[in-house]
Amino acid sequence: MSSKNSCNVVSPNECETCKSRKEPMIRISKRTNISNGKAWGIRAIALLLALVVSGFIIFIIVKLSPLKIYAAMFDGAFGTTKRAWATIRDSMMMLCIGIGLAPAFKMKFWNIGAEGQVLMGGIATAFCMINFGKTMSAPLLFLVMIIASIVAGGIWGLIPGVFKAKWNTNETLFTLMMNYVGIQLTSYCVSKWESPPGSNSVGIINQSTRAGWFPSLFGQAYMLNVIIVLILAVLMFIYLKYSKQGYEISVVGDSENTARYAGMNVKKIYIRTMALSGAICGIAGFLAVSGASHTISVSTAGGRGFTAIIVAWLAKFNTFVMILISFLLIFLEKGAIEIASRYNLNDYASSIITGIILFFILGSEFFINYKVNFVRKHN
Amino acid sequence: MKNVTKCFGEVLANNKVNLELRRGEILSLLGENGSGKTTLMNMLAGIYYPDDGQIYVNGRAVTICSPKDAFDLGIGMIHQHFKLVDVFTAAENIVLGLHEAGKLDRKVIAAKVREISDRYGFDIDPNQKVYDMTVSQKQTVEIVKVLYRGADILILDEPTAVLTPQETDKLFAVMRNMKKDGKALVIITHKLHEVMDVSDRVAVLRKGEYIGDVATKDTDPQKLTDMMVGRAVTLNIDRPKADKIAKRIDVQHLTVKDKDGVNRLTDVSFTAFGGEILGIAGISGSGQKQLLEAIAGLQSAESGSHIVYEDADGQQHELLGKNPLDITKLGVALSFVPEDRLGMGLVGNMDLTDNMLLRSYLNGRGIFADRKTPRELAEKVVEELEVVTPGVTTPIRKLSGGNVQKVLVGREIAMNPTVLMSAYAVRGLDINTSYTIYNLMTDQKMKGVAVIYVGEDLDVLLELCDRILVLCGGQVSGIVDGRSTTKEEVGLMMTQLQNKEVRA
Repeated sequence: MSSKNSCNVVSPNECETCKSRKEPMIRISKRTNISNGKAWGIRAIALLLALVVSGFIIFIIVKLSPLKIYAAMFDGAFGTTKRAWATIRDSMMMLCIGIGLAPAFKMKFWNIGAEGQVLMGGIATAFCMINFGKTMSAPLLFLVMIIASIVAGGIWGLIPGVFKAKWNTNETLFTLMMNYVGIQLTSYCVSKWESPPGSNSVGIINQSTRAGWFPSLFGQAYMLNVIIVLILAVLMFIYLKYSKQGYEISVVGDSENTARYAGMNVKKIYIRTMALSGAICGIAGFLAVSGASHTISVSTAGGRGFTAIIVAWLAKFNTFVMILISFLLIFLEKGAIEIASRYNLNDYASSIITGIILFFILGSEFFINYKVNFVRKHN
Repeated sequence: MKNVTKCFGEVLANNKVNLELRRGEILSLLGENGSGKTTLMNMLAGIYYPDDGQIYVNGRAVTICSPKDAFDLGIGMIHQHFKLVDVFTAAENIVLGLHEAGKLDRKVIAAKVREISDRYGFDIDPNQKVYDMTVSQKQTVEIVKVLYRGADILILDEPTAVLTPQETDKLFAVMRNMKKDGKALVIITHKLHEVMDVSDRVAVLRKGEYIGDVATKDTDPQKLTDMMVGRAVTLNIDRPKADKIAKRIDVQHLTVKDKDGVNRLTDVSFTAFGGEILGIAGISGSGQKQLLEAIAGLQSAESGSHIVYEDADGQQHELLGKNPLDITKLGVALSFVPEDRLGMGLVGNMDLTDNMLLRSYLNGRGIFADRKTPRELAEKVVEELEVVTPGVTTPIRKLSGGNVQKVLVGREIAMNPTVLMSAYAVRGLDINTSYTIYNLMTDQKMKGVAVIYVGEDLDVLLELCDRILVLCGGQVSGIVDGRSTTKEEVGLMMTQLQNKEVRA
């Protein structure tokens, strides 16, 4: 039994206590099995605690009733039908990026380049809308846009994948820097497509014709976004869990040597998976441009490419759990904006609340994996 | 130690264990894999804290809650995996973590290290860097480190697993010197002849329970095994001759360079036959790994090298330059049990079923992997090889070393191989499991499989193998007949190149 896998390691600071008490007070042991219900119970308690603690802090700092603040947050996210749909729309975009990141991270390939991959998908979509909006029929344009965004995002993911496979470059730095290239390309395109001239923005594309805009489904402007992303979530879940390629990704993520031993072509798997990851992030860019803002700017991705990493990891790559987490994060974001404007607090107040809640949720994972025992003092 | 209990989650690793250790004696701690030997010793060394029970040192009840507490009580442990800083010298590693007053005077330290070495007969250069050292030298540093801290009670966790027979003898000589000096020593080992050789008393654990202790002179390997396993077991390796011996793999002039351009294998040629076990002996790192990986399609070789596979119809295939998948596609059923089980042969985070899938995942129809057949195979392996596991959905890293190995060997044999290669298949395994593995190898041989067995225990190699190829520094030192050669002869060939070749 190696000490690495087993548990109950007495940490140094506990030993400070035992100098005086002669015995460690707290012992931490690894949980072998925890029921799903219990795990979610722990998470729910963490969320509740986070709300209590941040309420307490809000009260100390701004002397406002925490309940009012929470009510305002809820109002900001779901107060009106319009707000609720904006929350749903943004959650779907976040979820889409999370789905894109899942295969890469499952392969232990640190793709922190989603931001750039989303932008590339967005640029490709905007290009199609501007250039083909007048000539193509709506279904054809739709098809061309989705393919273009997949290809553009896919290439942005493929490049670091190829470099990793061929020359073993560090993917973290590589994907990070690809973001900056993506941002610069976007600002070049913005200056090229500027409208009206001198505004330094693209403006709403095809405002009069609505060419290339997502159609309303069931009377809802963003219903199509929801459908596309949920389909992706189901497909990705099946892909990772049941397909041969999904199995290959898991093996490579655990041990490259084992993958080679099993006759897998590790390089091919790196490249293929990164192209897939980038392509789905490209679709997120397509959703952002064609399905939401109908414009393109350097803030189209808006940092979601980074936040989605939290979504993917917290959900342990389970795309259905990602739905919940995306909603929670977007809810916090929307609520924070609302309280910032309503109570004249600056953005930092909302960041503090978001930070506290994330801290508790991440911290709860510790209590799910480990059990803390308090030692009864005997004689 | 009195009534010491420790559990991990729901697993009771030690249950009310009573163990007594006396000054001036060497105690062997015996037990199968997962019987709680290392856990017990870790509690003594302050790495774990017992859930219940009391430890006494020199008659005084003590509380050990960190390795430092253990050192203060004169208890030192030499772990299986060395804990040294590679870029430091021996002396620097030895004083690392000590809070001695005054400035670090390397000369004084070196003198003190030399004094310890001379007293017990160690061979150590205080100024040598750890990365320049052999495994046995590193171990020496670990032992001196513990002695430097004034340990009177030394615990050695499987110290001989990584040593050659000669190095083991040297270690035992040192241990006897320490014993004479009044120190108490505990040695954990699976090799019974070492137990008989070096210890005064043997304590046996089984499934976390203390079974009893016996004076070494009053016992023998058979009795000890029976105590350990809890029933009578036979300790003989059968070595029947297969009726049909057919040429299977012909390695010609195999030369392999590592990425620094250093030759790891030089001009290695030999033939492996179906229906025989070819043993490969050599000091660890003599090119065994490269040899097996080259045959498995995981290692490229220099030009002029050939590995030719001959199938039952006499058709020949070159294996070099092909990857494992190509080799399978040729219809060559090559099974490989690599040295690094969790790093190469298996996926630690996956369950038993998914690990079985590793060899067959491409068989499923369409884009989906078929998990039904692997699950059945996993269940079969668990049943036939008596793998101790909560179920086939348990991640493999949660199993003990012996059970992990059974899963790996079980999967490889289930492929119905024509060639079965294994590297250190019984490393870290208890006696019972080891014999299970030996018997499996022999069964395969009798089925006409060409078995290539890389081993470190010469006694076993001599009992198990039909022929033994001895490697020395990446070259073939000779191929000898397993039935007629002696341990000394093989030991000598391991350390120096000979041109004598005794073809069986």
